[in-house]
Amino acid sequence: MTRADVLVLGGGGAGCSAALHLARRGADVVLLERGLVGSQASGVNHGGVRQQGRHPAEIPLAIRSRALWSRMRELCGTDAEFDPCGHLKLARGEAEEAELLRWNEMAAEHGLKASMLGRNAIRAQHPYFSDRVVAGSLLAEDGSANPRLLASALARSAREAGATLLEHHEVTAIEPGFRVEASGREFEAPVLLNCAGFWGGKIAETFGEPVPVYPLNPNMLVTEPLPFFCTRNLGVVGGDVYLRQIARGNVIFGGGRGESDPALPTSRPLPEPAFAAMARAVEIIPHLADAMIIRCWTGIDGGMPDALPVLGPSRTTSGLIHAFGFSGHGFMLGPAIGAILSELVLDGRTDVPLEAFDIGRFARQTALAEDASKTRLE
Amino acid sequence: MLDPKGRVVMVSGAPRGVGRAIAERLLDQDRPVVDFFLDGAPAQARAGDTLLTAILAGGHGHVRHSEFGDGPRAGFCWMGACQDCFVLVEGRGARRACGTLLEPGMKLRRR
Amino acid sequence: MSVVVVGAGPAGVRAVERLVAAGLRPIWIEEAPDGGGRVFQKPPPGFSRGHRALYGADHGRAFALHAALAALKPLTDWRPDTLVWNLRPGDLDVVSDGTHERLGWERIILCTGAMDRVVPIPGWTQPGVTSLGAAQIALKTQGLAIGRRVALCGTGPLLLLLAQQLTKVGAPPVLVLESAAWSTTLRAVPGLAWNPAAALRGMAWRAGLKVQTGAVPLRVEEGCTALRWRDSRGWEHRTEVDAVAMGWGLKPETQLADLAGARFAFDRLQRLWLPERDAAGRASVPGVYLAGDGASIGGSVVAELAGTRAALAVLQDIGEKPDPLETTLLDRALAREARFRRALERAFPYPHALAAAMPDETLLCRCEAITAAEMRASAAPEINRGKAATRVGMGRCQGRLCGPPAAEVLAQAIGCDIAEVGRLRGQMPVKPVVL
Repeated sequence: MTRADVLVLGGGGAGCSAALHLARRGADVVLLERGLVGSQASGVNHGGVRQQGRHPAEIPLAIRSRALWSRMRELCGTDAEFDPCGHLKLARGEAEEAELLRWNEMAAEHGLKASMLGRNAIRAQHPYFSDRVVAGSLLAEDGSANPRLLASALARSAREAGATLLEHHEVTAIEPGFRVEASGREFEAPVLLNCAGFWGGKIAETFGEPVPVYPLNPNMLVTEPLPFFCTRNLGVVGGDVYLRQIARGNVIFGGGRGESDPALPTSRPLPEPAFAAMARAVEIIPHLADAMIIRCWTGIDGGMPDALPVLGPSRTTSGLIHAFGFSGHGFMLGPAIGAILSELVLDGRTDVPLEAFDIGRFARQTALAEDASKTRLE
Repeated sequence: MLDPKGRVVMVSGAPRGVGRAIAERLLDQDRPVVDFFLDGAPAQARAGDTLLTAILAGGHGHVRHSEFGDGPRAGFCWMGACQDCFVLVEGRGARRACGTLLEPGMKLRRR
Repeated sequence: MSVVVVGAGPAGVRAVERLVAAGLRPIWIEEAPDGGGRVFQKPPPGFSRGHRALYGADHGRAFALHAALAALKPLTDWRPDTLVWNLRPGDLDVVSDGTHERLGWERIILCTGAMDRVVPIPGWTQPGVTSLGAAQIALKTQGLAIGRRVALCGTGPLLLLLAQQLTKVGAPPVLVLESAAWSTTLRAVPGLAWNPAAALRGMAWRAGLKVQTGAVPLRVEEGCTALRWRDSRGWEHRTEVDAVAMGWGLKPETQLADLAGARFAFDRLQRLWLPERDAAGRASVPGVYLAGDGASIGGSVVAELAGTRAALAVLQDIGEKPDPLETTLLDRALAREARFRRALERAFPYPHALAAAMPDETLLCRCEAITAAEMRASAAPEINRGKAATRVGMGRCQGRLCGPPAAEVLAQAIGCDIAEVGRLRGQMPVKPVVL
């Protein structure tokens, strides 16, 4: 039996960051990871470090995390190739342009200064775009990073700070208290952090609060190295394609979904979304049409129906705090999620509003939905 | 007994031919001449040459440059596996030089 | 019944032949413009050398295989110049001259062949340095020598065969470095009446080839003007060359088996991860069959037998009842060949210590230009994590070349057994494609 102050389940960006922040403040932390840290969503995503385009509820999280990205080297010894190259979100029509304007106005209330590029400006600054691109919103302080490097760097720093991170430790039993069994060993702690991504749903269910989480497999592609043309991290309104060119020349882009079996776990990219993402990329950047794709990949994230994470204390169990279901946009948030979790554990509070992420929202929705169906039946 | 560590035995090469054109036409070379363009300049090869043969036996030395600054490349496996001999064929896109036959008038561009 | 055969080398031709004999019309996909595989690859139209000149002692088998190939094409859905770039249960994605297509399959025989296995050394990415297979293909299908002063280094039958072939056409190599020591070769085959490895060496000797045994290349100098190498006693030499060909045995092209979901196991003798299969060639995934060098290195004789055997397995599995004598004879022949093959592997082992000790500055991954030092510094617990940290194996070839040596480098760096660092996972597309 290993006793600790805090048990963290899941070695993605959020879990590793939580272990790091807790250990730095003197807590005795054990993190259990089924495979290797950063193997799933946090390690194989697009690498966007973006506040741009986020749901209003997520903006404070993103702002907090963006501040951490600026001092990532201090936090974990590497900047994970973080490049504050700006995030440019593109409109492919007037409706999308209006959407950009609406978001910019809303974000300004949070202190985010996105600037609009009209048709002429975007044509002048980015001559490689097609006529389909009619406008763009640039958030200059956003950027991108290499997702393959972050979780393992956070894990290394957490270990250096005194945390115990155990890889290849699959959780086989959880009891209140909390007693956790993994790889034949027992662990006990008064606090349990559920940072288990898609599998976080099963943990929540164990404690009587099921959520409609589904496995989300972003379909990713990368081209061979191409002559450098594009400095910005690019997105579009609607999010059906997103791309960036790294300094080595490769264009990394995503769009659509692969497939997975979370039970194994295994995931694989699929051709259809790859063709579709390519077509959408070519629609905005015609010269990508001849680019060779050298590799595709995906991973398993937890997707929520409202695309917002479950983040905050359990409604059923004292000492249990959830942080999962980041729905394909948690990579950038991971560092801050860990910091926030450490505050919830050690201070009992955090400055970032978490109401929108309350796990209770699904119970309420289910109740509402049931009421509605009853009404219809009657 | 001499300690061989750190000692180098020199073996000199022939006075000519060292470090020059790669790929030497040896057998079966009485094939018709084919004209093509390499990086915009006219060049000649033989019918039945692959793009790789046309470039290397023509004394042009390499088929591409590494994107990462470590110098020229000329393929390695000649069997479509190493992916190191891509060359641009105008109108057709990138082709593996080792597995693509030269056609008269082809315009090849090295990257 | 949709049966697909991928590859038209010795294994693919014989697999298709047996399927057609049973009345099936398989879809037959070959990446090259024509069949024959690498071993019996034909020169393009316009070349005049005949089978005897091209294939030497194997000319009879080459002729027979080409005849079968020609006869079978019209009896199948023959698709040359076609790359299978993705494979999933039930379907596969192909591209031919830029046109994509999705095909369905119920049974698939993968005869994907092999490529040279390398030990990267400093300077090996330069023009003038090729694989042994490349040098042989250049000679066979293009009538070329890769240089005027050619050094050959590596191990095994291909090294000696190529040296003989070059000598025969008046372009003898200036240097032949065989990494296996004579003692290794002689020890390899107790219990066999005939030592194939020693026989090969004897042939080379009679052909007048001077072969340095127990010798390894160290560095190709700038501009491929000289090769530094070390002899069996530890002396370093410098030989002026203008071309170097290298290859330490072969490694199977297992990417499609990987995408099919086949289970892999580490083969200690070949020191490679190979897809598991039963004696008939059935992979761990239902409906997937493996034959030839694409499954496990066995050479072209084994490939022909294994191709027929895999086709018989398909026929058995769809309820046909082939003559049991046919399978028995094939199984016996395959077992006999396997004994010789094991002897060859022991006689000419992959020089893994040389790979593990490659100098820090060696470009381990030639696609991404990543050095051995970077892989060592990653201290990753397994090879895919090393790939994530360093980009080794992330490039156009997806680790075909660097995979095995990268595993050796990493295993030594972290002090674990080679099997524990695992293998690079394949991803679609198995080769670069324009979508």
